[in-house]
Amino acid sequence: MTETRNPTLLGRRHRNEKMFRFAGLAAITLAITFLGTLLVSITLSGYSAFQQTRIQLDITLPADPQTAGYQGLVKQALRATFPDVSQRRDKKELYALVSSGAAYEVRQFARANPAKAGTGIEIWLTASDNVDMLIKGKVSVEDEAAVRRLSDRQVSWIEHLTTTNRLEKQFNSNFFSNGDSREPEVSGIAAALAGSFFSLLICLILAFPLGVMAAIYLEEFAPRTWLTSLIEVNINNLAAVPSIVFGLLGLAIFLNFFELPRSAPLVGGMVLALMTMPTIIITGRASLKAVPPSIREAALAIGASKVQSVFHHVLPLAMPGVLTGTIIGMARAIGETAPLLMIGMVAFIVDVPKGILDPATALPVQVFLWADSPERAFEERTAATIIVLLAFLMAMNLVAVILRRKFETRW
Amino acid sequence: MNSLTLSSPEQSGLLHLANLNIDFAKRSAAAQTSSISETVAADLNRMEAENLNVWYGQTQALFDISLDIPQNQVTALIGPSGCGKSTFLRCLNRMNDVIESCRIDGMIRFDDADIYGSQVDVVELRARIGMVFQKPNPFPKSIYDNVAYGPRIHGLASNREDLDRIVMESLEQARLFDEVKDRLHAPGTSLSGGQQQRLCIARAIAVKPEVILMDEPCSALDPIATAGIEALIGDLKDAYTIVMVTHSMQQAARVSQKTAYFHMGQLVETGTTEQVFADPVDQRTRDYISGRIG
Repeated sequence: MTETRNPTLLGRRHRNEKMFRFAGLAAITLAITFLGTLLVSITLSGYSAFQQTRIQLDITLPADPQTAGYQGLVKQALRATFPDVSQRRDKKELYALVSSGAAYEVRQFARANPAKAGTGIEIWLTASDNVDMLIKGKVSVEDEAAVRRLSDRQVSWIEHLTTTNRLEKQFNSNFFSNGDSREPEVSGIAAALAGSFFSLLICLILAFPLGVMAAIYLEEFAPRTWLTSLIEVNINNLAAVPSIVFGLLGLAIFLNFFELPRSAPLVGGMVLALMTMPTIIITGRASLKAVPPSIREAALAIGASKVQSVFHHVLPLAMPGVLTGTIIGMARAIGETAPLLMIGMVAFIVDVPKGILDPATALPVQVFLWADSPERAFEERTAATIIVLLAFLMAMNLVAVILRRKFETRW
Repeated sequence: MNSLTLSSPEQSGLLHLANLNIDFAKRSAAAQTSSISETVAADLNRMEAENLNVWYGQTQALFDISLDIPQNQVTALIGPSGCGKSTFLRCLNRMNDVIESCRIDGMIRFDDADIYGSQVDVVELRARIGMVFQKPNPFPKSIYDNVAYGPRIHGLASNREDLDRIVMESLEQARLFDEVKDRLHAPGTSLSGGQQQRLCIARAIAVKPEVILMDEPCSALDPIATAGIEALIGDLKDAYTIVMVTHSMQQAARVSQKTAYFHMGQLVETGTTEQVFADPVDQRTRDYISGRIG
């Protein structure tokens, strides 16, 4: 090969290779840019929801914690902080500085600390969402009163509270311990988190064994007939069916026919399991197929039965792939909204569900609900919920990687 | 089939044909002085195939094969690629059952019963007729577990010491024990190719089979490892009946007592190894052995 046989062709081949490499690199750069933009924008709009503005008030607790009237105590404390407010209209504005949930916080404190009954305490209470938005800089003092939804007097009180160190941003524990609420400042994702957890648990318990068993049977035992081909085609189709259709199926069968409770994670998990199973079967079959046939032959040739060869040798080798498939399926299930809407998990859930039969909602549905709400403070909570959802997903993927490592090195 | 490129492994036979004949002269001299017990054993057939026809879908792979497998001897199946020798071997322990399109007609007698008969349990059959494959295929488990797996599933060991003894004996019989005795719990896949193949042989003999089928057991190994396996096969034939598929005519000549030549699905010629190599009857056998086809 001392001379180039076809210089034009060779040049074109090199050019094509360069073009392809460039195109590939460009595609990856673009994808990373989009992903980065998404993550940065969500983080920027959501991180502030993990903090919450609170106001410190001096309150004298009642002698009997069971008595009512905590709302009055909060109002009284506010009036004591600003003694010059006397007009009825001004008082109303003053009371609007703290959340309507503040009275519950005081009551909760009083019941949790019966020893403090009858004594005066200093307590941090959740400020209203409008105050919160101003402190977080989502609205500015320069904005018109209608835009910032705070009057000039309220702004001056806030400034006074800030200078006296009675108003500050603290970690937003409400967000993780409360259910949904009409007041953004006391709303939280606990109900959605628990709902998602229970649904996924049910989904895993149902879909994993069924899916893996189906994959093993279809791949290793079923004879290749027109019937198994038909089943195979249908499983592939099922994996591509829009998820809302599974929701309708769940509505028709689980709710209307079997009369299972509406909005329950049990039904949500069952619907998600229907949706996840085809994915588990398909990836399970692929990883079983990837196990070299020599291992099956080795087992059969020393007199292992078919079941022994599969469960002793083939399945352990296919396990990393099966687990990856399962986690991919579960990750898809955790982000699913549409089928849950159909079975009523879109309800306004204030109480945190304690079991699989309690009404619940799910993280993506919570995002959907809050994204629809008019209050400005729900905007950051929507983004924060997305952050939690993404963190959940990343944790699951991490578990997938760890499990794969563990099973791959297992001897 | 008539290509004369020297790249294929069986073609190297052409180069070694001269040595082969010299090798033979020595061997046949030795054979005459060998013990009488060997000739007695030769009369006993461990397995007999009768009018065996095999189809893969519409294609017929074997035509009317009738072949006896003598006890305590090494029977070599030789022939060009695609001639059906591996198919025949896999019929002997019903490994072809795994292939769905495979259809078998005819009879293979083992203990005076047809192994394709309805009352034969294939799991039990394969424990009695073991197999070693072309590519070493140890389980991705420890050396110990590789050998212990068979005895475990067949319940051959009553306790831990029993199992240890079976594993040790099998490894010793496979001439592997000394090399691995310090690392029985190292993964079987960490061994060299030749060691892996001996591990596979140990795994096969651990379940105490009567017949061992070997499908080109040395074709994935280097010459030194091959020599090791061949010596081992020579040892094993005293205790087991061995059927071996090989691409290497020298190997067939070195280790086997009986040779069967397959060509395009037909059994062309069979006889003692000396006779088939020294004085083949059929023209096709002559052509193959002299390296003109293959």
